[in-house]
Amino acid sequence: MSVPQFDVKYVAHLARLHLAPDEETKLGAQLGGILGYIEKLKELDVTNVEPTAHAVPLVNVTRPDEVRPSLPHADALRNAPAQANGLFMVPKIVE
Amino acid sequence: MLNQLTISELAARLAKREVSAREAMQSCLDQITRVDEKVHAFISHDDADALAQAGAADQALAAGVTHAQKPLLGIPVAVKDVLAVKNQPLNCGSKILGKFISPYDATVVEKLKAAGAIVFGRLNMDEFAMGSSTENSAFGLTRNPWDITRIPGGSSGGSAAAVAADEAIATLGSDTGGSIRQPAALCGCVGLKPTYGRVSRYGLVAFASSLDQIGPFTKDVRDAATMLGVIGGHDPRDSTSVPQPVPDYAASLTGNIKGLKLGLPKEYLIGGLDPEVKAAVDAAVKQFEKLGAEIVEISLPHTDYGVSVYYIIATAEASANLARFDGIRYGARVDGADPIELYSRTRGAGFGAEVKRRIILGTYVLSSGYYDAYYLRAQKVRTLIRNDFLKAYETVDAIVTPTTPTAAFKIGEKSDDPLQMYLSDIFTISCNLAGICGVSIPCGFTKNPKLPIGLQLLGKPFGEETLLKIAHAYEQSTLWHKEKSAMLGQ
Repeated sequence: MSVPQFDVKYVAHLARLHLAPDEETKLGAQLGGILGYIEKLKELDVTNVEPTAHAVPLVNVTRPDEVRPSLPHADALRNAPAQANGLFMVPKIVE
Repeated sequence: MLNQLTISELAARLAKREVSAREAMQSCLDQITRVDEKVHAFISHDDADALAQAGAADQALAAGVTHAQKPLLGIPVAVKDVLAVKNQPLNCGSKILGKFISPYDATVVEKLKAAGAIVFGRLNMDEFAMGSSTENSAFGLTRNPWDITRIPGGSSGGSAAAVAADEAIATLGSDTGGSIRQPAALCGCVGLKPTYGRVSRYGLVAFASSLDQIGPFTKDVRDAATMLGVIGGHDPRDSTSVPQPVPDYAASLTGNIKGLKLGLPKEYLIGGLDPEVKAAVDAAVKQFEKLGAEIVEISLPHTDYGVSVYYIIATAEASANLARFDGIRYGARVDGADPIELYSRTRGAGFGAEVKRRIILGTYVLSSGYYDAYYLRAQKVRTLIRNDFLKAYETVDAIVTPTTPTAAFKIGEKSDDPLQMYLSDIFTISCNLAGICGVSIPCGFTKNPKLPIGLQLLGKPFGEETLLKIAHAYEQSTLWHKEKSAMLGQ
């Protein structure tokens, strides 16, 4: 599979990342090169190979469903760009 | 001068009351005043807070608290700007966190404090730990204390430079693809990446959650063993930390490595390896034989695929981890007509070029239609890479390689070619993918200019005792770790 036309605009939208036009062009070229290099993975036969998501022998690490103290409200708001009434202020979401 | 001492040396002087913690801390601060304008290892440092902690350490010493109880009592330890320290700034080398002040301590910081350490400073780094040169920081670059026209390595460039320049007795960094080991090699100090799961990641701002580990930079291997003993251990707040007891790492530093088998992977003796680096590593291998170790040629057949696998998995995980920087709950904000525009503009303004590059790449490899071809395939090749190592460890106790293909390169030399920068991580990257432990120790210098060369040792999962024993035995039979940059004028 050859490297398809890398649609930087579309991916940037998925990532909620605003790019200036010159950034888009530059990134497109650089990422095209990197993806070209990564194509070498296609050389390998991975039939019947299990994927490794993480390298530790841990599964389903849980704790008892008990209420425990969490970050105090005031601390959580301390770094907020905008706040009111003990809540984070955001642009209107629902009409 | 006190800032030039190791943890062991300073602890001994403090215990005997020959010097005070305040004097030791002041000595580090004086060194920062002397050299940091050139080196720029530190983004910031809160001197009043550091000296207050030192005062508290002196009170504890006066009250009879010993280093057996608190192994780092009175020892100045600086931390990479990616670790949460309560009431101190947390920026990860980025603009996007704005004036963020951390409301909590990372687990490793809690442990350092409980062990009596003076935790100070915000050490410079590549933004969000993405980089190999510390040229990607929003707070300016850090320079190599051995040659200020060269990079210190990255992403923990500040952490390595601070130890090499005697601005701190020890530091903490983080390693996702080599970000502790590579700067340690380029700056001539010891850098240890523990086995994945050995050290809690709670309070480490995440880059790639299946690859990140926190680890120490120190002036010798014994200090690294001390630091690992303090920061290691299971943490219920990090569900990827492993409930494995923490052994007495210092006790394994017997100096005797007779009969231990060291693997030399033939795939690591590649074309791009600098001849002086090769010569230094060859000499180290001979030294290991003199010390009684047996050298075995091994093969890690999937070595060549490591960089590709890493830049799919790490960027994919990063794209998810950095989604939280959206201008809503913390950090800098650029307003928008609706939340989506706010996110987009905030992130576009707040992230640097390398971070954007990796977020875009990571988003792409996870996106519908490409997930199987890239991300899933990379995860399968990751299994093959891990299996290469596990198979090797059936016949050897540790693996020996150069840490980097070359010594420190010039500032700006690779910053225009991201792929070239990525390829320089070839020796360190597989270690994180396989989840094993690794350490870089000084093994020589290039001739002209005099630049440090690092030797990497890779150990089995949770094999740090053997790893450190081997590293220590080599170190103690050489004098590389005692050398200091002429620039420091000490």
